[in-house]
Amino acid sequence: MNPPTRLALLAAGVLVLTACAPGSSAPPSAPSTSATASAVRTDAAALGNVTLTVWDQEVRGGQAAQMKQLNDAFQAKYPNIKLNRVSRSFDDLNTTLRLALSGNEPPDVVEANNGRSAMGAFVKAGQLRPLDAYADVYGWKQRYPESVLRYSRYSADGKLFGEGNLYGLPQVGEVVGIFYNRAKLAKLGLQPPKTWADFETALATVKAGGEVPLQFGNLDKWPAVHVFGTVQGRHVPPDQIGTLAFGRKGASWNTTENTTAAEQLVGWVDKGYFAKGFNGQGYDPAWQAFGKGQGVFMIAGTWLLADLQKALGDDLGFMLPPGTTADAPPVATGGTGLPFAITAKSPHPDAAAAYINFITSADAMKVLTATGNLPVAETGQQSVAKGPQQDVFTAFGTVTAKNGLVPYLDYATPTFADTLGAALQDLLAKKATPQEFLATLEKDYKSFAESNG
Amino acid sequence: MTAARPPGEPRRVAYLYLLPAFAVYAAFLLFPIGRAVQFSLYDWDGLSLGRWVGLDNYAAIVADEGLRAAFGHALVLIVFYALGPLVIGLGLAAILNHAKVRGLGFFRTVVFLPQVVAMVVVAVAWRRVYAPDGTLNTLLGALGLDALTRGWLGDYTFALPAVGVVGTWFETGLVTVLLLAGMSRIPGELYEAARLDGAGAVREFFAVTLPSVRGEIAVALTLTVIAALRTFDLVYITTRGGPGDSTSVPSYEVYHRAFGLSQVGSAAAIGVTLTVVIFVISFGINRFADRRVT
Repeated sequence: MNPPTRLALLAAGVLVLTACAPGSSAPPSAPSTSATASAVRTDAAALGNVTLTVWDQEVRGGQAAQMKQLNDAFQAKYPNIKLNRVSRSFDDLNTTLRLALSGNEPPDVVEANNGRSAMGAFVKAGQLRPLDAYADVYGWKQRYPESVLRYSRYSADGKLFGEGNLYGLPQVGEVVGIFYNRAKLAKLGLQPPKTWADFETALATVKAGGEVPLQFGNLDKWPAVHVFGTVQGRHVPPDQIGTLAFGRKGASWNTTENTTAAEQLVGWVDKGYFAKGFNGQGYDPAWQAFGKGQGVFMIAGTWLLADLQKALGDDLGFMLPPGTTADAPPVATGGTGLPFAITAKSPHPDAAAAYINFITSADAMKVLTATGNLPVAETGQQSVAKGPQQDVFTAFGTVTAKNGLVPYLDYATPTFADTLGAALQDLLAKKATPQEFLATLEKDYKSFAESNG
Repeated sequence: MTAARPPGEPRRVAYLYLLPAFAVYAAFLLFPIGRAVQFSLYDWDGLSLGRWVGLDNYAAIVADEGLRAAFGHALVLIVFYALGPLVIGLGLAAILNHAKVRGLGFFRTVVFLPQVVAMVVVAVAWRRVYAPDGTLNTLLGALGLDALTRGWLGDYTFALPAVGVVGTWFETGLVTVLLLAGMSRIPGELYEAARLDGAGAVREFFAVTLPSVRGEIAVALTLTVIAALRTFDLVYITTRGGPGDSTSVPSYEVYHRAFGLSQVGSAAAIGVTLTVVIFVISFGINRFADRRVT
């Protein structure tokens, strides 16, 4: 073939291809939102022989153990419903779920990440089923505090996050707080801080005592988001953080409170409170170093509990970030594990809902506790041994009971995780001033909030 | 069969024999490329119906400062992936070839060894080397150079070179072995003649060795330049494009936009652009090598 022929063929090929736009060619069939409570069948045993395909990401340690235990119990109770469990790591699930959902035979139940790029996009494309009718009959709204449920709420067009229909139910809870090394604190003659000012004083004392005040590794870009969120919660009213983090109109990053928060964070860099070379240290090596006794405090999430407890035992302590006064209402970044959702194309929504109800029931929460997880509901009712695990349970129970959870800041826009992560690295490396840092965030937030309507 | 034509001449029926292979090639290569080109003309989130935007995605690549920087970083990586290994490889190969080292096979294997290890493993290992409490800083500390220690991958000045050095380490073996193979084919008489003319080792290298391995240099450059431009795993594992955006590269952006940000159209446009850039550069290298050989 001479070059012109080849070109012509290629061009023809491209033309044929461009004849249809990518994506589903028909608008997604709107799942019946009209399903009323009376139309829902809750007697799972009477649903006949059904096979449910479930995609989860509960692959590690206690997560895998609780899932297996609950699945076995469900099968024993409802032998007519067969479970086909597909389990993948968090990353693998995230990258494959999109394709699976746009296919003709998606799984029935999936764990979909709460954020806009996953659950939000699926809702927008009409691929998830609203669960409100099930929530009514099963009493999910009594089982879960609203500050937890709102992490699985979207408007039907996927535009509003944090309110609207319910699209999933999580099993476990997460809260970002302050881990501390009890033994080292005692050695330095310190008590766990009661107020935010106490905490800063403690950091200074630790520094003077020659220890690393805050263990921290920010090579992976996102860890600083949790640290900044914690500092921000001390200075910015929680409802403003909520508006910013859910990507709604009506708030701004360019405020004096946010500036104070950013300045405090930079101040900690100047005073040498963070571990040396933190921007070049990985997240895992950092918390592992904390587990080996390097560092007195570490701002991180409850998901590290099991591993840290293994390393430090009862020397480990956990607390919610203290407020300006000792009795200030708790505010902490946090949320839920990945919620379990039902796909719009699933032919067995009733069976799927019965399954979700089963794995989030009060009994299930006990199984979660027994396998070392932090159950998202009825946290206060669980009996755990005194020590770090009890610290974590108490902290999460307190903060959810008082509706003090504020969302992860990277939920704000589909690109915000990236924007905020990179901007924080710039801020902490002093490549950007607090004002420049906030302007970067404002730009992403504003352009999304306005185009999103 | 008409006897009028001599055997072996191309004729139309030959295309029939090529058809099966072409069908496979088209299904697994041309079709995906065509689809990628198609996607790059849409604003598509990978789920809902795409919206035709023409060349907007391409215009965005030119307009977006961050993306321009990503292509710039890829060019910097060429220095580390291609030019560095070429210089080191020429030196190493010349020494190994010239000295007729005993146990040449052993040294050749040692030099080539990085190539055997998967890039992901290499990246994880180097992440440890560059960590604030890692091997490199321990070494510097032991030498009394504490002032130089830092979190290398988190340093705005050094992160990109640090990633590049891993590439140099990785590619040098390949280049050396390629060049060594080329040099071993140079007839000994050429060196004898050069020596009779009074050439020293250095002169000999530039007059005899270098021109003789031009073909191998072209191959080595093509391979390493392409490797530099499509770097993904190394950046993904070591820095995720950070700190800030100082180590982001086009391949990483393709992945990041398609799977992280749901901007499939934009990701496809970057992919297509990268393909074109790689094609042009490797075409250029081969054109250059061909002309000089004849």
